[in-house]
Amino acid sequence: MTQLASDDVSERISADVVAKVSRLARLDLTPEEIEITTTQLSDVLEHFADVDALDLSDVSPMTQPYPLVNVMRDDVEAPVLDRDAVLAAAPQAEDGRFRVPPIVGLEG
Amino acid sequence: MGIIPTTAAGIADAVRDGSVTASDVVERHLAAIEAREHEIHAFNLVGADAARTAAAAIDAAVAAGDDPGPLAGVPVALKDNMCTRGVETTCSSKILAGWRPPYDATVVERLTAAGAVVIGKTNLDEFAMGSSTENSAFGPTRNPHDISRVPGGSSGGSAAAVAAGFAPLGFGSDTGGSIRQPAALCGVVGVKTTYGAVSRYGLVAFASSLDQIGPFSTTVDDAALALEVIAGHDPMDSTSIPEPFPRLREVLDRGVEGLRVGRITDLPTGADPDVIERLEAAFDALGAAGAKIVDVEVPAFTYGLTAYYLIAPAEASSNLARYDGVRYGLRVDAPDTNAMYMATRHEGFGAEVKRRIMLGTYALSAGYYDAYYGKALRVRRLISDDFARAYEHADVLLTPTSPTVAFPIGAKTDNPLAMYLCDTYTIPSNLSGHPGMSVPFGTGADDLPVGVQVLASTCGEATMFQVAAELERAMESATP
Amino acid sequence: MTAATTTATEDALRGYELIVGLEVHVELATVTKLFSASPNRFGDEPNTNIDPVTLGLPGALPVLNRQAVELAMRIGLALNCTVKSCTFHRKNYFYPDMPKAYQISQYDEPLNVDGWLVLADGTRVGIERAHLEEDTGKSTHVGGSGGRIHGSGHSLIDFNRAGVPLVEIVSRPDIRTSEQAREYVNELRAILVAIGASDAKMEEGSMRVDANVSVHQPGTPLGTRCEIKNLNSVRSLGRAIEYEARRQVVLLEAGETVRQETRHWDETDGRTHTLRSKEDADDYRYFLEPDLVPLDPDPAWIERVRSALPMLPAERRQLLAAATGAAANSEAVMVVVDRGQDPYVLAVGDAGGDPARALVHVKEAFAEQGAEPVVPAAAIAKLTQMEVAGALTSTQVKQVLADLVAGEGDDPEAIAAAKGFEAVDTTALEAMVDEAIAAQPDAWEKYRAGEDKAVGALVGAVMKASKNQADGKAVTAILRSRRQ
Repeated sequence: MTQLASDDVSERISADVVAKVSRLARLDLTPEEIEITTTQLSDVLEHFADVDALDLSDVSPMTQPYPLVNVMRDDVEAPVLDRDAVLAAAPQAEDGRFRVPPIVGLEG
Repeated sequence: MGIIPTTAAGIADAVRDGSVTASDVVERHLAAIEAREHEIHAFNLVGADAARTAAAAIDAAVAAGDDPGPLAGVPVALKDNMCTRGVETTCSSKILAGWRPPYDATVVERLTAAGAVVIGKTNLDEFAMGSSTENSAFGPTRNPHDISRVPGGSSGGSAAAVAAGFAPLGFGSDTGGSIRQPAALCGVVGVKTTYGAVSRYGLVAFASSLDQIGPFSTTVDDAALALEVIAGHDPMDSTSIPEPFPRLREVLDRGVEGLRVGRITDLPTGADPDVIERLEAAFDALGAAGAKIVDVEVPAFTYGLTAYYLIAPAEASSNLARYDGVRYGLRVDAPDTNAMYMATRHEGFGAEVKRRIMLGTYALSAGYYDAYYGKALRVRRLISDDFARAYEHADVLLTPTSPTVAFPIGAKTDNPLAMYLCDTYTIPSNLSGHPGMSVPFGTGADDLPVGVQVLASTCGEATMFQVAAELERAMESATP
Repeated sequence: MTAATTTATEDALRGYELIVGLEVHVELATVTKLFSASPNRFGDEPNTNIDPVTLGLPGALPVLNRQAVELAMRIGLALNCTVKSCTFHRKNYFYPDMPKAYQISQYDEPLNVDGWLVLADGTRVGIERAHLEEDTGKSTHVGGSGGRIHGSGHSLIDFNRAGVPLVEIVSRPDIRTSEQAREYVNELRAILVAIGASDAKMEEGSMRVDANVSVHQPGTPLGTRCEIKNLNSVRSLGRAIEYEARRQVVLLEAGETVRQETRHWDETDGRTHTLRSKEDADDYRYFLEPDLVPLDPDPAWIERVRSALPMLPAERRQLLAAATGAAANSEAVMVVVDRGQDPYVLAVGDAGGDPARALVHVKEAFAEQGAEPVVPAAAIAKLTQMEVAGALTSTQVKQVLADLVAGEGDDPEAIAAAKGFEAVDTTALEAMVDEAIAAQPDAWEKYRAGEDKAVGALVGAVMKASKNQADGKAVTAILRSRRQ
C-alpha cells in the first residue's frame, strides 16, 4: 500500500486501491462494483475534509469511552457448548470437526 | 379480568397482582400484530408459540404465589441483532439467515428473569448499519404513522413495534443514533445509556466502542423501568461499568427547578424548520418549569460525522470478518477457502455493509491508518473534551434528535452521504460515550412525530431522565 | 557440537557471520483459556472445549484470565524483563483456524520488555519482549498427498486449542551459532518448567520455535532475514539453521539476493522451502482491541510474583558447581540440575558427604530417581566418606551404589560387609604402607627422589598384602603425601 502524499483525509482514492482493499476484506467486488465503490468512497472521504484543518498535534487518541483498567476473571472453568448442537448448525462438519475446502493462498 | 394497561409498568403491576393474566396480555398484543404487521413489517420473526408458553409460565408462577419479576408478563420486542438461544438471530442479513445462537445475550437473560415475554425479533438495517431500516435483507419496515415513510434506523423494527402497539417495550442498539433517531421518527421514547452501562455480551457487534443496547417505550417511566432491569455490571463484558446503575424511576417527579439546560449555539445547521420549532418549544417548556437555559459551545460537535464514519466502519470491518462461512451462517461452496470467503461474503452481505467494510478496511490499512483511523481517534478526543467543558456549565444539553421528520421510503437510498447526515445530532454522544435519549415532543410537517434529544454527561442518566420526564409532562398538558 | 562440526559450519559460512533471532511461542499452564472459561486441555475430543468466545460467535466478548497474566509476568521476570502497563490489539487476517478472523495479541505496548537470558558459554541473548496472545484452532488436512495443504481434499478444524493463552518470547538477534540457538531453547524450556508457566514440550506443541536467520559480512549491514517455521524439535532447529545459513551464503556468493520470506523446514529432506507466495502481503491492520481495557499490573502484584520465583536453573547450576568444584556447564551439573537432583547433592554434602563424588554418583546412577530420590542422602554421604578413606575400590563403590539405588539396604557399610568388601580402614592402610616401605627401601628412595614410576612396586605390595581390598588410589595418595 502506498503512503498517502499528505495527511489529508480528502485524498482521492483510486480504483487500484479499492481493488486491493476488497481483496484484503475478502469481498469479491465485480469491476462495476469497484467503480461504484471508488466513486462513493471518494465522495465520502471528500466530505470528511473538514477535519484536515484541525490542529490535532496536541490531542491524544481516544480509544475508550469509559476509562477502565485491569478487568480480569478468575481461572475457573465454566460449562462449555454442546459440540453436537454446534456442529449441527455448522455449514459442513465431519468427524466432530468443521469441514472446509482446501486452504490456499494464506500463511500457515 | 381487568383492562389491560398500555404501559409496561402498568402491565407488570396488573399481572403481579393478578388483575390480568400474562396470557391475556400476550393475546392482546398478538392480535395487534395480526392487525397491522402485514403493512408495517416490524418483525423478522413473531414467536407466538414461545410467547404463549412463557406467558403461561408467568401465570403459573403468580398462581403459586411467586413474584415473576418487575416486568412480569410484559411483551418485549427484541432487535434481531441480540442473541436469543435457539431462536433465529439474523441481523437482517442473508449471511445469518436461519442462524440460531446457542446462547442468550445478557440483556435477554435479564429480561426473561424479570418476567418479560419475548414476542418477536425485530427488523433492522443489516448489521445495524443504516438510518432507515431500508438496508434490511428482508425488506424495509414502515413507519406506523405513515406507511409510505421510513421508521428510521437501524432499530426501525423495534421503534415501529412500540409505536404500533405491538409491544410496550422494544429493545434496540445505538451506535450512531440507531435507537434515538427511529424513536424520534416513530414518536416514542428511545434511550442510549452511558457506554458500558448496559452489557454488550450477546449483542452482535457493529462498532465495539460505540454500541449500546437500550429501550424503546411510550413513556419515560417505562424506559426507566426497562433500564433498571437490563443495566448494571456484567462480568462477561470487559467494558461494563462496575459501579451500580442509578435508580431512575424515583427521580422522575423531581422537576427541573434550578437545572441548567444547555443550548448548543454552534450546533450544525441543517435541521428542518419544523424540527427547530419543536426544539424551541421544548426549551420554553423547561424554562417555564424553572430550568435555567444557558448557552454553551461544543465546537467539535460538527466533526462527529467524519470521525464516526471512520471509526465505526473500521471497527465493523474487523467485527464482520468472522462471517466467513466456516463455523455458522451462510456458506457458498468454492474450490478453496479463499474463494469460499469471497463468494460467501459477496452473496451474504448487502451493499451498505460492503461499503462500510471497504471504508473501514481502508481506514485501517498500512499507510492510511494515521491519516484516517488515527486522526479520527483524536477528533473523538476533541469532541469528548468539548462536551466535558460544556457540562461544566450545563446539567443537560438539548438538541434535535433527527434533522427531519420521517422521510419517504426510497428518498435517500441512492445517496449514502444524505443518509449519513440523519445521524448528525446523535453521533457525537456515541463518540464521547455520554448518554442521550429522544423524547417525543409533538409533531412537525405532515403531522409526523418530532423528537427532542436530551444529552447528559457520563453516568448522568438520572438528570437526563428528570428532564425527559418534565418534557413528557409538558407534552401531556399541551395535548387536549 | 564437536569441534569438527564447528569447523565445517565455519567453512560453509565462508567468512559470513550468522545472525539468528528466535521467536518462541509458549502455551501457558492455566486451567482455562485466555479470554474465556473453556478448559485449556491437550488431547480432548475435538471441539469439546468450546464456548461462544472460542468459536467467535456473533456477540461473544473476551474477558482476560488473571492467572494467564500471572504466568506471563513470571516468564517476563524470570527473563529479567521490565513488566509494563500494556494494551491488547487486534491482528486481522483470514484463516480457517482463526475463529474471529483476528487474533487478540499485543502490539506496540506488550507486557514484558527488555530482558535477557544468559547461555552457558556466557553469551547474553537479549529478550526484546514477551507478550500475551491467544492461540488458534488446529486444522488437519484430509486427502491429497501426505496430509500437506496443497492438492489436499479438504481440511477439518478443531477449535479446542483456539483461545489457549500463549506468551510469545522474542529474542534479539544475538545468537551466532546453531548450537547457541539450541542452548537458548533448552535453557528457556528449563526456566519455563522451573517456574511452572508451561510444560514447554516442542513435540506436543506447547512450545513452538520459529527462527529468523540472516547472514552478512562482519562490519557490513545486517542481511535480509528469512523466517523458518515448522521446527518440531531442538534438533530440527539446529539442522534448519545450518541449512538456511548455507543456503543464504550460496545465494550471496553467486551474486544473488536473499528474498525476505517465510520458509518451511522439511525434516525429511533436510531443507527449507518457500511457502507458496501470496499476491498481496497480509496487512494486519493492527488497532487497539475495543472489547478489552488496558492492563496495568500493580507494583505489589509484580513484586509478589518476583519474590515467589523459584531459583532458576542457571543459579542452581552455579550453586552446585560451587559446592562440587565441577564446571557450571559440565554435563554432570547440567544433567543433575535438569533432573532437579541438585538439592539432593547439596544435602549429601550437608550430611557430611563429599559433594564432588556425590555429584558423579547421582549423575551416573540416579536417572530413574526423579527429583525426590528414595535413597537417603545420609547413605550416599557415608558411601563417599568410605571412598575418601580408601575403604572401597571404585568397582566396589559402584556395586554398593547399585544396591542402594535398587533399594536393597540403606547402609553402605552393611552392604559392603555383606558383600565381603572389607573396609580397609586408613589406620590399617597406613600400617600396610609402612610395611611396604620397610620391605622395599630402594623403591621408596627412588620414589622419594622423584621417580614416580617407582610407586608401582610399593602400591603392588600393599594390594597383595590387603588381598586386593585396598583402594589403589588411596594407597598412592598416602605414599604421595608421605614423600613430601
